[in-house]
Amino acid sequence: MRRLWARGKAARAAVRVARRGVQFGAGGKIEVATPVKPAWFDYYAPRSVDEALRILDDAGRDGRVLAGGQSLMPMLNLRVVSPAALVDINRIEALDRLHVGSDGLIVGALVRHADILRNAALREGWPLLAEATSLVAHPAIRNRGTVCGSLAHNDPAAEHPSVLVTLDGTVVVAGRGGRREVPAETFFTGMLSTALEPGEMVVEVRYPRPPAGTGTAFVEFARRLGDFAIAGAAAMLTVRDGVCERARLTIVGMGEGPFRARAAELALTGRRLARNGHEDAFAEAVAKVVEAVNPSNDVHASAAYRRHLAGVMARRALDAALARAGGV
Amino acid sequence: MAREQRIKVTVNGQGHDKVVPVRLSLADFIREHLHLTGTHLGCEHGVCGACTVSMNGRSVRACLTLAVQADGAEIVTIEGLRQADGTRHPLQQAFHENFALQCGYCTPGMLITALELLRDNPNPSEQEVREALSGNLCRCTGYQAIVDAVMDAARRMQPAAT
Repeated sequence: MRRLWARGKAARAAVRVARRGVQFGAGGKIEVATPVKPAWFDYYAPRSVDEALRILDDAGRDGRVLAGGQSLMPMLNLRVVSPAALVDINRIEALDRLHVGSDGLIVGALVRHADILRNAALREGWPLLAEATSLVAHPAIRNRGTVCGSLAHNDPAAEHPSVLVTLDGTVVVAGRGGRREVPAETFFTGMLSTALEPGEMVVEVRYPRPPAGTGTAFVEFARRLGDFAIAGAAAMLTVRDGVCERARLTIVGMGEGPFRARAAELALTGRRLARNGHEDAFAEAVAKVVEAVNPSNDVHASAAYRRHLAGVMARRALDAALARAGGV
Repeated sequence: MAREQRIKVTVNGQGHDKVVPVRLSLADFIREHLHLTGTHLGCEHGVCGACTVSMNGRSVRACLTLAVQADGAEIVTIEGLRQADGTRHPLQQAFHENFALQCGYCTPGMLITALELLRDNPNPSEQEVREALSGNLCRCTGYQAIVDAVMDAARRMQPAAT
C-alpha cells in the first residue's frame, strides 16, 4: 500500500475533503464533524469463521476482510476502496494458530509478522520465511500486519508472495461452500489480484518443510530500510554431493506479483556447484533472469534499472543460499 | 446497521466508556474524543509513525487501527509515560538532555517505539536502535541525537549493579 498513496488525484482530493472534516448534513447543510477518513461501512466483528463467511457471502463483492489492516486501512483512509461491509476477523480466536510441525508449518490468518520472528522453531525450520519477514516494513507494522493478509493483498513488491511460491506453499481458502487448497502458483493471478472469489477468505497458509541439504536466502533492495523493495529475490537450493538437486528462484518487484524464474531454475538443476562450479551456473541463471523479467517504469525506478537489479538480487540470493546449503 | 458502537477502553490506566462511529480511527478517538493531543497525526496512512501508540503492550499505528478495534484494549500514549508525580520517564529525560527533538512532532511516536524496543531488548546496539526507529520519520534532527538519546536511556534503565 505504501505505493498506492501516490496513485490518483481523486484519492488525494478525497483525503483533503475528509481532512477538513466538512460533511453535508441533512438538507444539504454543511456541518463540521469529527474528522474521519474512510467512507461509511457496516462494521462486523464475527467470533467464528462460519459467522464471518455468512457475512462475506451476503456482502459479495462489497465485502472486505480486515485482518492486520496495514494495507487495507490506508486504502480505506485514502478512499481507494470503500467496501459496504468490513468484516474484522481479529476476534476469531481459531485464526491465531501457528503450528510448527515435523513435516509442515501452518500459519493462521491472524498470525502477525512479529509472531513469525519470535518463534525459534519456525526460524530454524523455515529460515527463508523468517528472513523475508524481518524485511517487512517496521516494528509497529509487523506487530499488526499478517502473513495471510499480505498474501491476499499481493502487492508486487511484497515479500510473502514470493516466499510462498519459492517454498511451494498452499493457501487454504474458505467460502460458504467449504474449503479449498490453492497452490501458491495458481493463487497469485496478477498485480493486487488473487484466486480469491467474492465471499471467500484466507483461513491459513501451509509451508512444507524444506528437505535436508537445502539452503535458502531472501534479499531485497529498497531505498530505505523497511520500504517496499524496488527488487528482491528468494532462492532455495537443495544440494547433494556437490550437485544441485533442486533449485527455486523467485523475483520480487517485477510488476505482476511473484515472478518464478523457471529458465534460471532449469539452468541450475543437475549442475555441479562444488569447487567453484557454481560460478558458471549462477552467471547463466542470472542471465536467464535478466532476460525473462518484464518490469515496468514507475516513479520508483525505470524498467531498465529494475531489470538490472533483478539480476543482482538473484545472484546475491543464490550465493547466500549455496553458502547455507552445506554439502559443497 | 448501527454506524456507532459502544467501546470500553483503558487509556493510560484510566477506563473510558464511549460511543464512537465505526469508521473512526483510534488516533482520532484519542485526540478528538479523549482530548489527548500528544498523539500526533502525520500521513494518516501508516508511513510516518507519528501516531504510534502502545496497544496491549505492542506498538501500533493509531491511524491504521479503528477505535472499535480497541474495544477492551489497554492503550498507552505519550501522556502515559510521565510518572504520577510528574517525573519524566527515563526515555523522556534522555531525549531532553540529548536535544533529541526540534519541532517535536515525531517525538511521541519515537518514544512509544523506543519504549517497546527497550522492553524487548534492554541493551540494544546502535544498529538495532536505528532499525527499530526506521518506521518513524523525523524531518528536523537527522536522527543522530534521537539514536543517542535511546542509547542513553537504555543505560539509564539498566537495573542498578549490585
